[in-house]
Amino acid sequence: MEFGIFSVSDVTRDPVTGDTPSEAERIDAITRIALAAEEAGLDVFAVGEHHNPPFFSSSPTTLLAYIAGQTRTLKLSTATTLITTNDPVRIAEEYAMLQHLAKGRMDLMLGRGNTAPVYPWFGKDIRTALTLALENYNLLHRLWREDVVDYSGTFRTPLRGFTSTPRPLDDVPPFVWHGSIRTPEIAEQAAFYGDGFFSNHIFAPSEHSLRLIDFYRQRFEHYGHGPAKRAIVGLGGQAFIAKRSQDAVDGFRPYFDEAPVYGHGPRMEDFMQQTPLSVGSPQEVIDKTLTFREIFGDYQRQMFLIDHAGLPLATVLEQIELLGEHVVPVLRRELAARRDPDVPETAPTHAQLVAAKYGDDAPRQPRPRANRGDNVTGGSPYLDTSAAPATA
Amino acid sequence: MNATDKSLVVVSAGTSDPSSTALLASRAAARIESLGAERGLAVATRTVELRTLARDVADAMVTGLVSPSLQRALDAVRDADALVVSTPVYKAGPSGLLTSFFQVLDNDVLIGTPVVLAATAGSARHALVVDEQLRGLFAYLRAVAAPTALFAAPEDWGGGLDERIDRAAAELLALVAGGFRDAVRGDAWGRYQHSYGSGGGTQLGIELDTDLMRLAAGGA
Repeated sequence: MEFGIFSVSDVTRDPVTGDTPSEAERIDAITRIALAAEEAGLDVFAVGEHHNPPFFSSSPTTLLAYIAGQTRTLKLSTATTLITTNDPVRIAEEYAMLQHLAKGRMDLMLGRGNTAPVYPWFGKDIRTALTLALENYNLLHRLWREDVVDYSGTFRTPLRGFTSTPRPLDDVPPFVWHGSIRTPEIAEQAAFYGDGFFSNHIFAPSEHSLRLIDFYRQRFEHYGHGPAKRAIVGLGGQAFIAKRSQDAVDGFRPYFDEAPVYGHGPRMEDFMQQTPLSVGSPQEVIDKTLTFREIFGDYQRQMFLIDHAGLPLATVLEQIELLGEHVVPVLRRELAARRDPDVPETAPTHAQLVAAKYGDDAPRQPRPRANRGDNVTGGSPYLDTSAAPATA
Repeated sequence: MNATDKSLVVVSAGTSDPSSTALLASRAAARIESLGAERGLAVATRTVELRTLARDVADAMVTGLVSPSLQRALDAVRDADALVVSTPVYKAGPSGLLTSFFQVLDNDVLIGTPVVLAATAGSARHALVVDEQLRGLFAYLRAVAAPTALFAAPEDWGGGLDERIDRAAAELLALVAGGFRDAVRGDAWGRYQHSYGSGGGTQLGIELDTDLMRLAAGGA
């Protein structure tokens, strides 16, 4: 089981102090948060992607590459990467580059984005978002697996003899999660490709996520990737921890009450009772998190939303420490004891994917041929493959 | 309740206790029960007082979180064989509490459900609010509203109202006894536009034979 934290990169006024951090302060803070996650023994740090204020994360690969350079074990991921408004060619290029720099310590999660005004800024239309997401991913999947791609689709310029560079690290594509709350087509696509499926699992009772996760598991098996129980499932969630339960409740309440995602609505206690939110002592957070496994079965990744709603850096760092010291070690032990031995412990790591593809052989290391302006007139652009034009 | 018994749910947005809005609804429900009994149809009535759910409805509107008590009310409406919906008229329109409740309700759960629409107001000048505003909401939900709507201004409580209630009750019972909702859902359910999760858990399986599903599976 992997445990991690994620940020949606909001810059929000702290309701207790009244201060709104600057973008610069939040960007500095987020790198410290990621480094603290590794120090605390957590497995994953993920960041969202937004192209409108009050969010700062428009360039997740830049941020994650910097963090990769400062860390040794932490896996970098996204929550989510926009598969709609981004050109899949750019996603293929940028995340392959990140994969090289992070030495395979990364994966990514794809999502649609639901802010309608953002779409036209990138020449897109939210009414076609689902088709865009599906079609773009079909292309992205090929770009990471085929040296030379010919493509024509509904949304982007056709490709003739296009090679996405750099090729993925060891010619093994990054692992991909598909995030969705209520879209069967996304679960279907994750299942078709044998990719991971992630449920946000924050705003609604756990049972609301169950139907789509079960559908994904069943379709994963249908497409021959293995039994349903071996499908790769990730869950979001939020915890706020203090040694004493009441301190957690008092400490989090002002942030809950004004949080852009929860606030001005239900009482925090109602939200805690009815949704995956846990606010309390380490033991309370442990107990609640263990119920997720009872609902969804053994799963591979648990992410906690860590820094939103104006929570100050010091508090976030304290939360990471508490997670790493008092919560995650117990959860690791308890979940390992309960886990079906046939179910993968984590999403596939780069090393596992390399081993699966090459066995004991050395991984492919593509070396380009010299002096190629384009791939339109030739065959393969790499030395280890035939230079003859491919016959269609 | 026997298998042949029918459940009637009254949804009232009246705010006082007792309220004339709830009173109008309960008179309609009582008449539906008695007329049903005359025709060998046992009708059991349950009432949802939206007044007691106002905060929950507001929370659901702004955060999407549905409280357990609101969920019970939504489930009761989903499972009802027929509804009586009754609202006060404010500012020439139905109560926002009532429309909010039905805006929180999943899109597909009222397909084919027979409904008697009712409203009360302080003046007869509001008489067309039911037919001109409330009927449109239930048309959107693809419920089937009885042709006779009920409306009661203060002067209506004297006479004439019972006759309209009789008519509405007869219309509703005809729709219920004729099995309109079951016929629609059994044969034609797939021909309505549905979205995932919109049927309150009552919808059929996920449709695999669509262009989008084929695109999801590699586009072949």
